[in-house]
Amino acid sequence: MVGLVIVGIFIAVGILAPWLAPYDHDAADFAKARQGPSAAHWLGNDEIGRDMLSRLIFGARLSLLVGLIPVSIGLAVGVPMGLLAGYFGGRLDMVIMRLIDIMLAFPGILLAIMLAAFLGPGLTNLMIAVGITSIPVYTRLVRGSTLSVKQEQYVEAARAVGVAHFRLIRLYIFPNVLAPIVVQSSLQIASAILSAAALGFLGLGVPPNLAEWGTMLQKGRTYIFSAIHIVTFPGLAIALTVLGFNLLGDGLRDALDPRLRVA
Amino acid sequence: MTAYVIRRIFMVFPVLLGASFLVFISLRLVPGDPAMAIAGELATPALIAQVRQDMGLDKPLATQYVIYLGKVLRGDLGRSIKSHLPVTQEILARLPNTILLACTSLALAALIGILLGIAAAVRPYSWIDGGSMTLALSGVSMPVFWLGLMLMILFAVLLPRWFGLERSIFPPTGSGTWKHLVLPTVTLAANSMAILARMTRTTMLEVLRQDYVRTGRAKGLAERTVIWRHALRNALIPVVTIMGLQFGILLSGAVLTETVFAWPGIGRLLVDAISYRDYPVVQGVILFIAVGFTFVNLVVDIFYAYLDPRIHYA
Repeated sequence: MVGLVIVGIFIAVGILAPWLAPYDHDAADFAKARQGPSAAHWLGNDEIGRDMLSRLIFGARLSLLVGLIPVSIGLAVGVPMGLLAGYFGGRLDMVIMRLIDIMLAFPGILLAIMLAAFLGPGLTNLMIAVGITSIPVYTRLVRGSTLSVKQEQYVEAARAVGVAHFRLIRLYIFPNVLAPIVVQSSLQIASAILSAAALGFLGLGVPPNLAEWGTMLQKGRTYIFSAIHIVTFPGLAIALTVLGFNLLGDGLRDALDPRLRVA
Repeated sequence: MTAYVIRRIFMVFPVLLGASFLVFISLRLVPGDPAMAIAGELATPALIAQVRQDMGLDKPLATQYVIYLGKVLRGDLGRSIKSHLPVTQEILARLPNTILLACTSLALAALIGILLGIAAAVRPYSWIDGGSMTLALSGVSMPVFWLGLMLMILFAVLLPRWFGLERSIFPPTGSGTWKHLVLPTVTLAANSMAILARMTRTTMLEVLRQDYVRTGRAKGLAERTVIWRHALRNALIPVVTIMGLQFGILLSGAVLTETVFAWPGIGRLLVDAISYRDYPVVQGVILFIAVGFTFVNLVVDIFYAYLDPRIHYA
């Protein structure tokens, strides 16, 4: 429930950013550079005097984007691969799973770092890099679920009456592997936001003028000892949002898998 | 067991081949001429032509890969554009620092994570459980680099200000003494600690419901003996596997932590190389970490099969 509330607020802030932001998030005011929180600027000003609160509000919009688009890439590629590997098995399964093993040889965000480093910085490249790293998660998850669902009697019955393979996957298998996909997607959005922020922090994210939380942290790092607020608030925003999606994922898992409620 | 180990070892080769191909092909993602990317933007046309010839860039892609693989197998990862030193030498010079940081972080994460997990599982739904799991969830959700920056602010700005100290108890950047290791270790350990705490809680809860635990209690064993000697040993089997995998993940997490604390390891080498567009170093470090991670996984899987005989019969 807490997760749902946090995620709800985050999405609302992202969508309503232009109406919620008290100032123009791009307007620099060098006279106010690095000033701490005040009545006029609740969260203070950044290194070139832009209003931190307004930038954080617009940052929610970008984070929403870098959370959703990469996960969509992961879903669009990973889920069909998992369905095909699990359903058909044999050589196709072996080839797909070896490809996934190769991607998983790059731990954590290393694959995203490599892709972003060679593709170059930019919002699109960032989303592609993070999106590609989420493919293996979905493929493995969906393959596992498909393997168990395809043993069910209703699938065997459908096969016995001659339902074509792809129709069977679409109508009988896919709806029954949807629950773990939904749960994983919430956790995956959290992971994508964290990865995107990490790439932003390493200078591999969006252009510096965009209000992306990780990039804001990277820019504020120079003033860490003189203007604490510049690095504190963007990190807090990332942590809270990621916590919200993680809580939502945990809650969804408990709701969709009653066995876990006892544990 | 032997058959399983041999089969598992053979599975490593296609993964390593594929990973090396991904690293090799990644240079082709760079817009423009790969020879210029390798030689550096300031390289003369003659040098670019030399690089093109050395790397066989005028040859078919498959031939280029074979040349690349042959060099990698001989330990030749190319030369750094920035320092002109062999990339292997650059990596090996910094590797001990990264391994030291990963080891101390894993030790801290295991100690605190497992203790938190046990405390939570022994009293499920109590305030201890709630507190431990909230801490664990925060650890999973917090950006590693932000935690590092917050610790720097706490130890280098706030604590000296509050207690009138001249300098920070733990230096916020650099290396050389054990004190330099404290803040990076805590930062890098946070995420793994959270994962290990959650994992230990789940497996302990499962084990505590087993018949042999009930038997132990029924025959009058002290609760401490039941938990520490009977339940924990079995609950730790999957936790040990996760710990092994965490070691590899810590190697990549070190990229961010080392950047925050200016720790001279391979993670920082990678980030410096990215900002300098020192592509041979970027490729070398990434391949090195991927190969290291694959071997750590191999050892963990074999160790797991040794601990749990059901694995190699499956």
